[in-house]
Amino acid sequence: MQLDDLYRRVIMDHYKKPRNRGTFEDDTVTVDLNNPTCGDRISLQLKLNDGIVEDARFTGEGCSISMSSASMMTEAVKGMTLEQAHELAERFSALVKGEDAAFDEYEDIEALSGVNKFPARIKCATLAWNALRKGIEKPE
Amino acid sequence: MIGRELREQFPILNQEINGHPLVYLDSAATSQKPRSVIDAIQAYYEKDNSNVHRGVHTLGSRATDAYEGAREKVARFINAARTEEIVFTRGTTSALNLVASSYGRSVCGEGDEIVITQMEHHSNFIPWQQVAKATGATLKFIPMQEDGTLLLSDVEQTITDRTKIVSIAYASNVLGIVNPVKQIAEIAHRHGAVIVVDGAQSTPHMRIDVQDLDCDFYALSGHKMCGPTGIGALYGKMALLEKMEPIEFGGEMIDFVELYDSTWKDVPARFEAGTPIIAGAVGLGAAIDFLNEVGLDNIHKHEMQLGAYAVERLSEIEGLSIYGPRSERIGLVTFNLDDVHPHDLATVLDAKGIAVRAGHHCCQPLMRWLKVSATARASFYLYNTEADIDRLAEALRETKEYFSDAIG
Repeated sequence: MQLDDLYRRVIMDHYKKPRNRGTFEDDTVTVDLNNPTCGDRISLQLKLNDGIVEDARFTGEGCSISMSSASMMTEAVKGMTLEQAHELAERFSALVKGEDAAFDEYEDIEALSGVNKFPARIKCATLAWNALRKGIEKPE
Repeated sequence: MIGRELREQFPILNQEINGHPLVYLDSAATSQKPRSVIDAIQAYYEKDNSNVHRGVHTLGSRATDAYEGAREKVARFINAARTEEIVFTRGTTSALNLVASSYGRSVCGEGDEIVITQMEHHSNFIPWQQVAKATGATLKFIPMQEDGTLLLSDVEQTITDRTKIVSIAYASNVLGIVNPVKQIAEIAHRHGAVIVVDGAQSTPHMRIDVQDLDCDFYALSGHKMCGPTGIGALYGKMALLEKMEPIEFGGEMIDFVELYDSTWKDVPARFEAGTPIIAGAVGLGAAIDFLNEVGLDNIHKHEMQLGAYAVERLSEIEGLSIYGPRSERIGLVTFNLDDVHPHDLATVLDAKGIAVRAGHHCCQPLMRWLKVSATARASFYLYNTEADIDRLAEALRETKEYFSDAIG
């Protein structure tokens, strides 16, 4: 078990300097999700317009894996169609389960692939993405 | 014989985790099992297995004797006045749920009070929330001091003549506090209330005398005291148990079954519907034999020493905060290290072969009171040594370094 497989520098960078951390004041889709087994929680806000994720922000509390994953996810989905965002969430699930490591166009997110060797931490990585799924499934 | 010399009796401890000798510091979650307990369970299945209380055949008698023999051991272990005052349950959670759902719902009504604390484990919290919601009773909390301890003057203030039930942990699974349950029982009784004691964290570690405590109910788990999972017990004073209705119905618990009504067996059988976890009871009996052989006073002394040593060693680490009182604690230390999230901490410690718990410890209301979302916890038992704590302290220093490099 190599710790450096899990705690890559880019992950710690997102943890320490999270992107898109905060809230919108105007109307958004808000999804609150927590991880009842460990206490991590996220509040994800999505600005959806015409089937496009125009913007995304989050607040929450959790470990470096859950918070960096939220930071990376909000960066990646901006500008995507709902279908693209959904597909990315599917690919992310596969990535952290070790099924499909091809995430070349998102180097930061690819760094989270090391989670697959730490089964207890997979749910940390997927928290924000589960919030995303809920958010884009919600009727506007 | 305690600490290092006991270790070889716990086969699981003799292994490497991630290339390091295992240091198991999560006994407050579940303890490891000595060879004698594992052997007793295996021997039961290999020689005596049968259903209890029904077979006329020899194996049926042996299984019944083994199961009832375990009940007697539990009764003696906590000094119950009668063996029939011990109801076998799945563990502390189901024991507390039984008291709440049966006794709690029958005695509480609009305007009555149930008194607990904010340090309770969810299993001694939510059942009472549910009783309060169902009956219109009010849930009240004994205030806690800054270090989490309770003042008897606050207990006096909180319990009133409207209080029907006081339910409290003997020892906190997060703060390591031992609550003055004997004095609280006295106050509760003066107001005509009953006291329920959550003994999950106390029974494994200190001598328990339910008659001396004068508690009305006492719940315990086998798996935290060297026994298997899936078995625990509820002690209740006979006069109270006899007034309680069962909450589960079926085989083993009935006297006569008519078409439209049925009657129940005597206590404790009426609370044990269905085929029980017989091998679990046998394992719990073996665990009690084991603990008695080591001696509860020796175990308590050993753990108090380990707890004090851990507080001392961990306090030396800059940026490490310890929750709960500094002294007079059972053998566990709950802490946080700088900005390192407890899950990250636990993952790094695991990579060094050290098992600690990270999270809310089934105590979300207490986490809010502490103003944290999660903590790490190292908990000790009779097989732990000061060397384990030295390994923990060293690993925590390395963890701190690792994350200060990684976070940069």
